Amino acid sequence: MLDGKPPTERIPILKMGEFLLVTIQVEMHDRLVMTLQDELTQQIVRHRARGVLIDISALEIVDSFIGRALGNIANMARVLDAETVVVGMRPAVAITLVELGLNLEGVRTALNAEKGMALIRRRLAGTEPGRLDARGS
Amino acid sequence: MADHTSRLATILREHESRILADWIGLLANATRSGTLDKAEIEENARAFVRLLSDAMRTDASGEIDGPAWVKVRELLGALSASRARAGSSPSATASFIFSLKLPLFSRLREDYRSDAEGLGRDVWIATSLLDKLGLFTTEVFQKSREDVIVRQQRELLELSTPVVALWEGILAVPLIGTLDSERTQVVMENLLQRIVDTGASLAIIDITGVPTVDTLVAQHLLKTVGAARLMGAECIVSGIRPQIAQTIVHLGVDLGNIATKATLADALVLALARIGATVTRTAPRA
Repeated sequence: MLDGKPPTERIPILKMGEFLLVTIQVEMHDRLVMTLQDELTQQIVRHRARGVLIDISALEIVDSFIGRALGNIANMARVLDAETVVVGMRPAVAITLVELGLNLEGVRTALNAEKGMALIRRRLAGTEPGRLDARGS
Repeated sequence: MADHTSRLATILREHESRILADWIGLLANATRSGTLDKAEIEENARAFVRLLSDAMRTDASGEIDGPAWVKVRELLGALSASRARAGSSPSATASFIFSLKLPLFSRLREDYRSDAEGLGRDVWIATSLLDKLGLFTTEVFQKSREDVIVRQQRELLELSTPVVALWEGILAVPLIGTLDSERTQVVMENLLQRIVDTGASLAIIDITGVPTVDTLVAQHLLKTVGAARLMGAECIVSGIRPQIAQTIVHLGVDLGNIATKATLADALVLALARIGATVTRTAPRA
């Protein structure tokens, strides 16, 4: 599945207990996204992972393409019963995304990997109180 | 036309010292009560006359936009800026230029003697030129004032958007004034940076000080909340006055599923509950 590509053209997926940690440090393009989706879904199944952390703290630019890709990955993981949390988004990136009208609905977010992991743990333990909303409080 | 401007330049050059002496005399009378330094005025006058005659010899078009006039414009720009800082009015600075007319016209009269037509032409050329230069100083003055206003606006923008830490992990953003797109940008930047700095997971946006909430303001609020969510922090909007609640519904503004509270106190209670903290009273109510 990676034939013909240099080794740098891969985004590493680290297994940490029941979590998978993906750190995106290079500019994403469509072939890389396809590879990532392919590998990640396989690894979720292989390791029976319950949570996926996608760290984008190294990304200075997130465009609509990457935004959509993250949403797709989260949906794929959900189908395989794993929670996806996007962590480490930079303030400038967050502002750009909302200005573009991309709120990444359906993707959970956390400030950093530690908080993201805590979020998934609470979620798995069933103590996560769910989103704040005006009526539920 | 070109000939006459050239002759003006020659006259200016030949009688430079006399014109300058007369002019400085005039300026000294005009600014006797002023605060400006006499030596500085003299220096300015000397430099201006020199550059003026240089420029007139190279560019006789009567326009001051050409490359030959760059040095004159620079001098006037610096002059206007320094006088504006010293508290001079723009008309005083323009008068500085205009007052050159009297000594210059005297020399022209001497030079042309009975040639009334030539005198009239040169006086007209000289006066239109000096008027342009005088107005240029006013423009520069206005420009520097506008820069000051823009800078103050920016400072006001930053002053009026504080982000306050209410509790460990709870931030508050008291908004005061209308929320336009520029302020939204500043609020977002400040809030997101504080979220990164403090690791806060909750932010209360208090809109008690926002006079009206229309669709645009609501959209800005939603943007801010969305950006905070992308950074992993939930937002509560508080300080919604009855009037605002009515307006929101009448306008059909959809605040999505943002938690809203009437007062900051209610929002704090919700936020504390959310992070699992409770507040207990240790003394009976007075």
